[in-house]
Amino acid sequence: MLLIHCPYCEEDRSELEFRWAGEAHIARPENIAAITDEEFAEYFFLRNNEKGLTYERWRHIHGCGRFFNAARDTVSDRFLMTYKAGLPKQPIPTAEETAAIAEEKTVETWEATEGDAR
Amino acid sequence: MSASARDLGAFRIKDAGRHTPARTARFTFDGKTYTAMEGDTVASALLAHGVHLVGRSFKYHRPRGILSAGPEEPNALLDVSRDAGRRQPNVRATVQEVFDGVRIASQNRWPSLKHDVGAFNDLLSPFFAAGFYYKTFMWPKEAWHKLYEPFIRRAAGLGEAPKEEDPDHYTSRYAHCDVLIAGAGVAGLTAALSAAATGVSVFLVDEQPEVGGALHFDAGTTIDGQNGYEWAQAAVARLKAMPNVTVLTRTTVFGYYNHGFLGLVERVTDHLARPGRDLPRERLWQVRAKRVVLATGSIERHMVFANNDRPGIMLASAARTFLNHHGVAVGRQVGVYTAHDSAYEAAFDLKRAGVSIAAIVDCRSHPGDAVLAEARALGIDVLTGHSVINTSGRLRVSSMTVARNGGSNARKIAVDALIVSAGWTPSVHLFSQSRGKLRFDEQNQRFLPDIYAQDCVSVGACNGTDDLSDLIDEAIAAGGGTLALTGENSFEWTGGMIGAAEGAGPDTVVKAFVDFQHDVTAKDIRLAVREGMHSIEHIKRFTTNGMASDQGKLSNMHGLAIAAEMLGRPIPKVGLTTFRAPYTPVTYGTLVGHSRGDLFDPARKTPMHALEAAEGAEFEDVGNWKRAWYFPKRGEDMHAAVNRECRTVRDVAGVFDASTLGKIEVVGPDAAQFLNLLYTNAWDTLKPGKCRYGIMTREDGFVYDDGVVGRLAEDRFHVTTTTGGAPRVLHHMEDYLQTEFPHLKVWLTSTTEQWAVIAVQGPKAREIIQPFVEGIDISNEAFPHMSVAECTVMGVPSRLFRMSFTGELGFEVNVPADYGPAVWKAIWERAESMGACLYGTETMHVLRAEKGYIIVGQDTDGTVTPDDAALGWAVSKKKTDYVGIRGLKRPDLVRDGRKQLVGLLTKSPDVVLEEGGQIVADPNQPKPMTMLGHVTSAYWSENCGRSIALALVAGGRSLVGKTLYVPLKDQTIEVEVTDMVFFDKEGGRIHG
Ligand SMILES: [Zn+2]
Repeated sequence: MLLIHCPYCEEDRSELEFRWAGEAHIARPENIAAITDEEFAEYFFLRNNEKGLTYERWRHIHGCGRFFNAARDTVSDRFLMTYKAGLPKQPIPTAEETAAIAEEKTVETWEATEGDAR
Repeated sequence: MSASARDLGAFRIKDAGRHTPARTARFTFDGKTYTAMEGDTVASALLAHGVHLVGRSFKYHRPRGILSAGPEEPNALLDVSRDAGRRQPNVRATVQEVFDGVRIASQNRWPSLKHDVGAFNDLLSPFFAAGFYYKTFMWPKEAWHKLYEPFIRRAAGLGEAPKEEDPDHYTSRYAHCDVLIAGAGVAGLTAALSAAATGVSVFLVDEQPEVGGALHFDAGTTIDGQNGYEWAQAAVARLKAMPNVTVLTRTTVFGYYNHGFLGLVERVTDHLARPGRDLPRERLWQVRAKRVVLATGSIERHMVFANNDRPGIMLASAARTFLNHHGVAVGRQVGVYTAHDSAYEAAFDLKRAGVSIAAIVDCRSHPGDAVLAEARALGIDVLTGHSVINTSGRLRVSSMTVARNGGSNARKIAVDALIVSAGWTPSVHLFSQSRGKLRFDEQNQRFLPDIYAQDCVSVGACNGTDDLSDLIDEAIAAGGGTLALTGENSFEWTGGMIGAAEGAGPDTVVKAFVDFQHDVTAKDIRLAVREGMHSIEHIKRFTTNGMASDQGKLSNMHGLAIAAEMLGRPIPKVGLTTFRAPYTPVTYGTLVGHSRGDLFDPARKTPMHALEAAEGAEFEDVGNWKRAWYFPKRGEDMHAAVNRECRTVRDVAGVFDASTLGKIEVVGPDAAQFLNLLYTNAWDTLKPGKCRYGIMTREDGFVYDDGVVGRLAEDRFHVTTTTGGAPRVLHHMEDYLQTEFPHLKVWLTSTTEQWAVIAVQGPKAREIIQPFVEGIDISNEAFPHMSVAECTVMGVPSRLFRMSFTGELGFEVNVPADYGPAVWKAIWERAESMGACLYGTETMHVLRAEKGYIIVGQDTDGTVTPDDAALGWAVSKKKTDYVGIRGLKRPDLVRDGRKQLVGLLTKSPDVVLEEGGQIVADPNQPKPMTMLGHVTSAYWSENCGRSIALALVAGGRSLVGKTLYVPLKDQTIEVEVTDMVFFDKEGGRIHG
């Protein structure tokens, strides 16, 4: 069972708390209604499914509920890093850099800002 | 209980072994009573009484005995029972501890162990050669179930599974530690002492009842100037006293998974005569270790030679364990056949205990000098450069035939036991499970850990570290601490071989067993190669070598060497099969734990569940929910009850529990904009106080979910989903909100369980709820169809919807879940007095089908667009974006001839179609017919006085009025294509 670092909770938690959510860094086209069939196929249907280093999304569904990104080696199943949703694709960092990334601010959401006030 | 020395067995050696003579236990084997000593395994206790024959082999039913003294045992599998309800087959005699009253039975024999009819298979052995399953039983196909499978199951097989429910209970624990050490021999104990002194948390785990590992048999090892076994017991006592150390014995690390996650099974009561009732039988430990030290030792291999499987033939280290630990001699005239020095020490120990050694037969020309000198000093005959080429003895070995390598000078030597050793195989199973890569040690012909995939280190014999001083240093380093510890062995060991020995080579036809549990011989492996199997994975499957429950702990290396020799390729090129968890068999009970019976799967019940049960409801499972299915009155079957409910709802009214519908509260200033993006409809145009039916598509344009959404305020929506769809719809919404539209100010909350939902449907619905509703006017004018309001019902704050899934005037009363039963009771009391009924999901299904309302997941299947489902009207033409907008324009989704949802009426009104029935245009066309679609919903409609159906049909809407056919096995049903509304086509009733 995998041990996954949630970049929001900042804790290593068991895989049982998470749900995999597909390849990461596939942005929904802003002008989606206007794209070609080929562009749509590229966006929606086609995935790289690479062996080795993979960027993928996970959701801490039975924890904080947040989606986040992870870099995982599919051969060893080792997580090289996890980082918050909305951040661009991260280069595989050194150990010191990993700590710094956790400090960075994520994209602002209603939930993160005014949500608490409700 | 006390017993004379004779009672304890004729093969007990006075003053040998570590058990206390005063503590004995009685047990039975095949009905005969024996006395054992506490601490005995079933194997040692039987051997003490001279019992070697304990079972019949899997395929050939050959007499078999005890081969090892540990968990690697492939042969001595027995049926062990404590009482009528507690019986377990295939228990290894070398692992099961004897307790007072335990009943042991041999398996796989009939009518008795000594006279087994199945032994006939041995004569038919050409017929049972490798691959016989695949070749013999191929044809005819029909014969498989009736003839071949029952035959194979009877003829070949292991014990018989119990049929009774398991009365024991099993528990599970999670744990975390800094270091987990698997194995508590010299290496494991040393690593634990080293690690524990640094203050980190340590788990030390060993599968045996006592720690010590190889020290159980290896009496020649001294550590810290002390006898090795005694040092081990003192060391573990020190460790147990430390607060940062957990010692688990009788506990097997059976699986090493990702990220330092390990599965352990602790056997809690299997060794106890009278276990406390509150004790679990076994305990599953799931441990997350920051670091793992593997100190799993090595396993001795047997020699592969002709008729090497007779009872009385066993591993040399096993004979040594039985002697030095249990005080039992495995025979009185013992032969030794070896390719490794370690067997000499077994001979020395036996000789010193008064057992006669017939000869040490060593296939090597040059054994170690030290052991050779000691053998001479003890007066033991050593035949170097010789091999055992055959054995005799029907139910127990009685002689070995010895010849000089090459075949000359053959002679028979009488023995009553033959101990063998081909050397030692490092136990790399857990390392391999952790995804580590092995390398082949050419010099010692063994696989050793090479590249680690996890934070883990191997120490000692499992790492190929043979020298005791090196082993201790390695273990201290692995523990991360410092320690002053010295150790000494009596002898250095050299030697070892893998593959077939003399007289069992490719030019022979003898039965030289490689895998005892699956009856695989050297010849079978060669046959596999001749038949074209070149990969070890194929050879394994073709011969079933290593595929039994022992996973080939003794046989893998031999099998590999024989295959490599036949293939003429080096061993690393042929490859090793993958080791998988579990290391040794684990009971289902342990894995399942408490998750059985009522705890197997949670049942979700609505707040009104008990009230519905009291009204006689039958329930159906919808996901984890228990939903009231129908409410039969006395004497009614389901059909009669549903017909009555359907009639009553349309004539008077019905009360229905809709609490299971998924509910999501969508709030925030951008809530309407968010719903605009998630649904195909427009939501910004919906006024507070109104609701609307919405369809959600995926990005590919296919219907994902549907439901009614009410707008309570500018910034607050009450979204409903299908019963089964609630979690995935919320996940889908969260995904878009968090990752694609994070700029929107919206908050999503699951409120499915917060609201009890009481639907009141039918002409008298308003009259029924009127007296309970306060704060709003619910007249048709003030509160028309598709209205929503916050009000109080019986003084309870509630959300009242005017909506309908029946086509009748309808309301859905949402009250906080805890108030559900009280409100339900009051509404139902009044409804009942007015002639209304309770109705369940079956009636709900029929009534909605009469109106052509779809159920997502029944009438759609993930390839249906809103337009296919005749819901094109719910797709906004004005919006510039929503999930699915682009997918819906894909060429395949807009082409002509797509399957469309339509109504079907059977030509004879009494015939109800079968859901899933295929639809064709011409029933007389040749097979395979062109199928136009299938029936999605079909019911008897009491209100229409005939059957009705919905179906997905290619180009369906253009076929209205046409006749189609549903061919079934014994009849072909003629149907007419219609629109989807069967009742109240004008739709006036809903506005009543
Ligand atoms: Zn989290």
